[in-house]
Amino acid sequence: MRERGSLSAAKGALLARQHVVGAERAHPDAPAEDLGSMVGTCLHFSLFTNSPTVIVMVGLPARGKTYISKKLARYLNWIGVNTAVFNLGQYRREAVQTYKNYEFFRPDNEEAMKIRRNCASNALTDIGAYFTKEQGQVAVFDATNTTRERRGLILSFAKEKGYKVFFVESVCDDPDIIEQNIMQVKLSSPDYENCDKEEALEDFLKRIECYKMTYVPLDEEKDRHLSYIKIFNVGSRYLVNRVQDHIQSRIVYYLMNIHVTPRSIYLSRHGESDLNLLGRIGGDSGLSTRGQMYASALAAFVQSQSIRDLKVWTSHMKRTIQTAEALGVPYEQWKALNEIDAGMCEEMTYEEIQGHHPEEFALRDQDKYRYRYPKGESYEDMVHRLEPVIMELERQENVLVICHQAVMRCLLAYFLDKSADELPYLRCPLHTVLKLTPVAYGCKVESIFLNVQAVNTHREKPPNVDINRKTEDALQTVPEHV
Amino acid sequence: LPPLTPAALSVTCTCFSEARVKLCMTNCPTLIVMVGLPARGKTYISKKLTRYLNWIGVPTKEFNVGQYRRECLKIYKNFEFFRPDNEEGLKIRRQCALSALNDVRQYLCMEGGQVAVFDATNTTRERRDTITRFAEQNGFKVFFVESVCEDPDVIAENIVQVKLGSPDYIDCNTEEAVADFMKRIKCYENSYQPLDEGLDRELSYIKIMDVGRRYLVNRVLDHIQSRIVYYLMNIHITPRSIYLCRHGESDLNVRGRIGGDSGLTSRGKEYAKSLGHFIQEQNIKDLKVWTSQMKRTIQTAEALAVPYEQWKALNEIDAGVCEEMMYEEIQEHFPLEFALRDQDKYRYRYPKGESYEDLVQRLEPVIMELERQENVLVICHQAVMRCLLAYFLDKSAEELPYLKCPLHTVLKLTPVAYGCKVESIFLNVEAVNTHRDKPENVDISRPTEEALLTVPAHQ
Repeated sequence: MRERGSLSAAKGALLARQHVVGAERAHPDAPAEDLGSMVGTCLHFSLFTNSPTVIVMVGLPARGKTYISKKLARYLNWIGVNTAVFNLGQYRREAVQTYKNYEFFRPDNEEAMKIRRNCASNALTDIGAYFTKEQGQVAVFDATNTTRERRGLILSFAKEKGYKVFFVESVCDDPDIIEQNIMQVKLSSPDYENCDKEEALEDFLKRIECYKMTYVPLDEEKDRHLSYIKIFNVGSRYLVNRVQDHIQSRIVYYLMNIHVTPRSIYLSRHGESDLNLLGRIGGDSGLSTRGQMYASALAAFVQSQSIRDLKVWTSHMKRTIQTAEALGVPYEQWKALNEIDAGMCEEMTYEEIQGHHPEEFALRDQDKYRYRYPKGESYEDMVHRLEPVIMELERQENVLVICHQAVMRCLLAYFLDKSADELPYLRCPLHTVLKLTPVAYGCKVESIFLNVQAVNTHREKPPNVDINRKTEDALQTVPEHV
Repeated sequence: LPPLTPAALSVTCTCFSEARVKLCMTNCPTLIVMVGLPARGKTYISKKLTRYLNWIGVPTKEFNVGQYRRECLKIYKNFEFFRPDNEEGLKIRRQCALSALNDVRQYLCMEGGQVAVFDATNTTRERRDTITRFAEQNGFKVFFVESVCEDPDVIAENIVQVKLGSPDYIDCNTEEAVADFMKRIKCYENSYQPLDEGLDRELSYIKIMDVGRRYLVNRVLDHIQSRIVYYLMNIHITPRSIYLCRHGESDLNVRGRIGGDSGLTSRGKEYAKSLGHFIQEQNIKDLKVWTSQMKRTIQTAEALAVPYEQWKALNEIDAGVCEEMMYEEIQEHFPLEFALRDQDKYRYRYPKGESYEDLVQRLEPVIMELERQENVLVICHQAVMRCLLAYFLDKSAEELPYLKCPLHTVLKLTPVAYGCKVESIFLNVEAVNTHRDKPENVDISRPTEEALLTVPAHQ
């Protein structure tokens, strides 16, 4: 079954579009004649999605639905699956403008019921538009969806349009967790802007009670034909029913690996290397004197932080290993954390790349995320290869990752929800530790420069990315080096 | 630091942890305990899981208590042995279980094993408590895998596929065997205590219901358990076949050069056409076709005139500094590397390139997706195909790099019983041989002729 209609559309897609991970296009070096003959049959990735998928959250308020929705969307977007979250609460806030109190949510409040049903309807319409007009692949419908009736509405909508539906239900009866949730994310909600903490808490608990009266959880028997995962008590138990396809399988795996235990992730590059000083990219050189100083400073920093059970990860390259060695603690090496392979441009300066491969240099500036060095990799390839690292980071608690510039940009983009366009230009200077701490729905970032000077290796996108540009224009943003 | 030459990589670091290629999967060993009535797929799962874990580099072994019983009893008479009131039988069975656990301890504590799969019914809470205590005493983590199935068709199919051929029923005809086995199942049914959401909430387990339609997962403790759960949730038993083949003969192939990204020779193109016909004749339902991102596999797939998907993960092994060289040139320029590779072909990493071990890691998502899929044709490369084949045919790391995967030959793999049936179909288009056997002399100071002894002929 072909994904694309006409030949020319496919060709256009082959040359231009964003691809999902694994959506592999022809090798950029493929000669023109191959390109022509290839166009008719090469699929652009049916692996993730044929039909769009609606993920439907289910659960009482303060069960982590929005937390899961946002995190899942961030993960899916990072691996290249266009995903958006549709939060019903936001639709309601737009419709109602001012939230008075929990009475709005009383099941006998007919007026409110009408508004809420309208909101749901609007959200579904927007989901449809997201799929058809914005190339969305997954939509997360973030709402309580606690009645069979509401879920039936969504199922009919999806069936009519040919969307797949996957339910994610969060069940929790631990009062401590629920109160934590309320404290972390509800008290600061626009709904409670003008309330003090006690009032807000009390009102919210009454709100939950309103839902409890009509809550019908997904039922093993009655809902045995639906595809869903039921998460109990923040992940101690899961019930998984009828996983239909690859994307649902990946979603289940991801959801089963995330946790909410407080912890921090420290990202840093290796200490300054000899090739860094010479302005050369890639390679496998050792640390410069200053790089070694950084390694010692890093060791002191780690000690001062008094981090519980810290795991340390490096790549397989000398410079990260040398940096870790100075810490005097056990560390693990991941080949997946190796720097981006610059192929034919390995160990070159930007000046040399411009001298020998000016067209490649320009193409890279045109699309730095998807551009693949000849015989090398692209940022897109790297995201794919780093996915197991991210999965394991999710499983772990306190971790220090000593890696490389491009690698760190990819990891950072995952944690800070940066787009493919921003990712290759994220600033990850040498000798600076980024401490990431999950908080509320996102990630707090602290940047700690360890006071050892290092060369700058960040090259901004130059204004002129034309393949016919002059050398000076191409080299305008190259950082200084020896 | 000493230089990071490929073969030396495993001993180079003075760091506390082992300089392994992969993430350290387990600190303490893991005991996987199967649970379920007879004919629920426990042995099928045990063997498959063991094969997968070994392939990704986690030393794993299965311990089938039924085998211990057969060794002890010698002759199986009938189902009465399994009657719950058969004191003598119970004694023997208990002894067998303990004997198996003893071997588990030996494997995990003294033979470098990381995971042991204890394949038995383990249907009573009492038996499971015994095992849990045993694990605690020895510092093993326990993960239960329970298979629950009430579908009589599935159970009947199991019995036909794997029980009738069992040594227990060697002298019986089909009817007798089935009748006896059904009575055997009955013996277990009354005392069966499935894992319970309430009573067993502190245990780590996955309950597989109705051959994978539904799963209950409780308290996954660590990375390896998480990977096991993911794997178990992706496998299925729907009949299907996987076709593995290489690209058609390429220009670099005929010149005896490794790697690179060349196009097909005219014989290679002929092969691609033959492959197209072969596929048509096979009349395969909903065939998916996968290629790498290298010209030669893409050109091969193009000739099929069906939709196909490209996987970068299926690209040939990166030979780094040796890319596009002939073996003779590698011997001339890098005789040390050439010898090191012959000494440990699985773990040897080309300078600036990859090892077979790296390949396996990069192919793991391909294997996972192959498990999810049904009929698939994978058009890949020699080293890649060896890795995939080793997974399906349970070949060791030593055998893997020397598996024969000649050009212009399709391997059709069909899961059957506990393993995989392989049919090799040569599509009758001649091609150069690219298989280099391990030479006798792998010493780093060997003379050139001995290094090149097994190099296949080329232009």
